[in-house]
Amino acid sequence: MHIPDGYLSPQTYVPLYAVFAGFLAAALRKLRKSLSSKTVPYLGMAAAFSFLIMMFNVPIPGGTTGHAVGAGIVTLLLGPWVAMVSVSVALIIQALIFGDGGITAIGANCFNMAVVMPFVALWVFKLVRGKAAGGWRVSAAAFLSGYLGLVAASLVTAVEFGIQPLIASEGGKPLYAPYGLEIAVPVMTVEHLVLFGIIEGAITLLVLRYFLKNDPESVYVMKEERV
Amino acid sequence: MNSFQKKLLAGLIVLAVVAPVGIFLPAAFNAGDAWGEWSTETLEKMIGFIPAGLKKTADLWKAPIPDYNLGDEKSSFTTQALSYILSGAVGIALCALILYLLSRFLFKKDD
Repeated sequence: MHIPDGYLSPQTYVPLYAVFAGFLAAALRKLRKSLSSKTVPYLGMAAAFSFLIMMFNVPIPGGTTGHAVGAGIVTLLLGPWVAMVSVSVALIIQALIFGDGGITAIGANCFNMAVVMPFVALWVFKLVRGKAAGGWRVSAAAFLSGYLGLVAASLVTAVEFGIQPLIASEGGKPLYAPYGLEIAVPVMTVEHLVLFGIIEGAITLLVLRYFLKNDPESVYVMKEERV
Repeated sequence: MNSFQKKLLAGLIVLAVVAPVGIFLPAAFNAGDAWGEWSTETLEKMIGFIPAGLKKTADLWKAPIPDYNLGDEKSSFTTQALSYILSGAVGIALCALILYLLSRFLFKKDD
């Protein structure tokens, strides 16, 4: 899901840089208010977790590969603003040091995986969990928040790819990403619906259960209700 | 850092050590690039040409460790696997460092 350089036209990646910058500024303001000495070590670990989990490429036999992002579980544990900052840091390191995702596409990639995904994950979790304090509803909410968070990120990414032939072609030939919405959207969303999203959902569920057992006080989404 | 957090850190290091699974599995199942992340050569094979704008921007950036690999695509699996583990370690270190500095900066400005 890391869009490389050359696949997005400037009229796509420049606005996405601006949108991402706006969200990042808001996230840093939120963090300044909520940061405590206990959460500081978690920030670096959240970024590192996301960084590492994205290295686990999962194959569709004979086809493409994909991976989980970890933004869902980071959101459930630490909140969407922390997820935004930590996943963005992981993505920026991947682009600058490892060439995974383009330099011009940093705004787009961070928007897709570090902005869209945390908010969809949070929204889905709250919706499915309702007022449950534990049990199957919390588990279902955790799985679906990771699953749908990743699927939403893949859909937004696919739309960014798919509009390129429409907005940037010359003499009938695409200048950037060559496949239109009718290919990009089904291919990307289906592969995330049937495989990568399930992995993201399972990771989200397992890690949340681990935290609820060992450090329940620090879990962001369970804490909110008590305030 | 409390003992639970130390345990988590150990877990992250384990993830980095087993990360080569992420290059082994795609190779074993004959899976290629992620969708939309093709090199210009691969794309040319797929559609018969390299889009003009893409050609101009594709190689804009020379990453120090491209594709988490210190060798190249033809390097032995051992070289690639060790590069991958090292990349994971570099990732952990940079994530920790950047977020530590960022939180110090955010804390300092707090009044």
